[in-house]
Amino acid sequence: MDTLIHIFSGIVTLLWRVVTDQPDQKAELLQALPQAISPLVNVILSISPILMIFPGLFALTTWLERKGLGRIQNRLGPNRTGPFGLFQPVADGLKMLTKEDIIPRNADQVIHFLAPITLVIPTFLGFAVLPMGRHLVPLNMDAGLLFFFAMGASTELSIFMAGWGSRNKYSLVGAMRAISQMISYEIPLIISSVTVVMLTGSLSLVNIVAHQSGWLGGIIPRWNVLTPWGFAGFVLFLIASLAEANRSPFDIPEAESELIAGHLTEYSGFKYALFFLAEYLGLFAMAGLSTTLFLGGWNAPFEFLDFVPSYIWFFSKLVGLVLLFIWIRGTVPRLRVDQLLNFAWKFMLPMALINLVVAAIWHYTSVWVFPASLILRWLFCAALILIPYFALGKFISNAGHFAPRTYRYAE
Amino acid sequence: MQAIFAIIAALIVVSAIGAISFRNLVHCALSLVVTFCGVAALYLQLGAPFAGWVQVLVYVGAVAILIVFAILLTRSDENKPEPIFGNNWKAGGVIGLLLFSVMVYAITRDGLDSTPLPAKPELTVREIGVDLMTQYVIPLETMALLLTTAAIGAVIIAIRLCNPESSADSDTHAKAAGSVEATH
Repeated sequence: MDTLIHIFSGIVTLLWRVVTDQPDQKAELLQALPQAISPLVNVILSISPILMIFPGLFALTTWLERKGLGRIQNRLGPNRTGPFGLFQPVADGLKMLTKEDIIPRNADQVIHFLAPITLVIPTFLGFAVLPMGRHLVPLNMDAGLLFFFAMGASTELSIFMAGWGSRNKYSLVGAMRAISQMISYEIPLIISSVTVVMLTGSLSLVNIVAHQSGWLGGIIPRWNVLTPWGFAGFVLFLIASLAEANRSPFDIPEAESELIAGHLTEYSGFKYALFFLAEYLGLFAMAGLSTTLFLGGWNAPFEFLDFVPSYIWFFSKLVGLVLLFIWIRGTVPRLRVDQLLNFAWKFMLPMALINLVVAAIWHYTSVWVFPASLILRWLFCAALILIPYFALGKFISNAGHFAPRTYRYAE
Repeated sequence: MQAIFAIIAALIVVSAIGAISFRNLVHCALSLVVTFCGVAALYLQLGAPFAGWVQVLVYVGAVAILIVFAILLTRSDENKPEPIFGNNWKAGGVIGLLLFSVMVYAITRDGLDSTPLPAKPELTVREIGVDLMTQYVIPLETMALLLTTAAIGAVIIAIRLCNPESSADSDTHAKAAGSVEATH
């Protein structure tokens, strides 16, 4: 009985310390437990917040997205269930759970069943390395960024499994489009984040955030996004992560009007909900990573705001990026598949490579010490990015890509 | 530790046998992916996280996709079951046995069981990076050059130089997918 009370009070103290942004006493709590169950409790304590917070955020985001899109399209959005339609995600979830799970007779049963599972697991694993607060790091891995990208890369195969296992032409075409899109955009995604690794000198996301802490004169944060290479990298990373998460304007794999939702065609009920969940979790993971890499992670924007708990900063930046994604979805039309791949290979990749060189120049010009050297350095590097940007943009738009499309199979 | 190794080893062996014995080629490819994951788990268990995650990133993320693309773009009739044994399985079996016996000989001759294990090095990613950029820079650059050449070559094969009607479409597509993979 005494041990139970001890454990309970320990957990309450743990929660209190997490909420008030202090280092927790997890190690002491684990020592009080019997030897046999302490590793299990350790794992559960680390995993359960991720398993609770991000699906909760997913439910909130679906509501926010439908409301936001409704506002953009001049209609009301969900407004029947609960106040302002806030309980709509609950109703949707119940509907998904009770729906019949239809599996096509010709489908490859095992692969069709495994695809949503193998998609959700790596997506959840990606969150393990994100530092969500000053002391809220589930796993401080030496190769954290590499782990994140390894998990992201293994989701491509699940989409293939979904498309191929359904035995449906539309599914397969959608899956192939999704894979070619994800592979094409993965390269600018990784190269644009490599700049941060170069300047920080570490693959650990904790070190990357620590490198961005502090303020110049108490007001200008030392975030990567405020440097020329960081800003270019942030924009490239954001575009590539939209494509990785299959979000509009890069939602060609799902294209309801042409491909009847691509690899999702033959999924219904809870499996469809799992795909939906994985898509939004991937979006949160990408938003969290871009916050960590470029927006200073959990650091406060101004020194006098540092008293606000760090996790509030992390999550408000993350939700801000998600709102940006919703805004983009409501306003930008979908690209055609050839435009999409051309954009990745002819614009994103060269810009990412140029940005890599600019980051190196920024690093080597850090030895400049004379009056206004920082401003000069900033302008020099910005020019090195902007001139190729305009030249490349002009070159691509003059290359005749806006002629009417010639169809190869139709006509 | 022994139990974990046993589980990983069993997973690798079973999935590798699956990779050569399923009748459907896509099933074989997916079984091979399980083998890749098992090898990555083995690296992790041996205390080499960098190698393990690179294994996942490169093999599961890229090589498996390359294999799958190659299967889908070259086979048209996927309902026809493939025979398990190919035409020259006897020669393959002999070569496999020879290789296996050479490896068994090499391992037992050195007496790996008797020699004490060297101290496990505490390798950080930083040290691996420094080594790659100093001691192993020439092999690294050679590989980079080779991969770039392969990518450019694939693009040259895939590019349509003349009028679009005359070229064989399916063939071009297969090569284009290959070039995407090669740069990856």
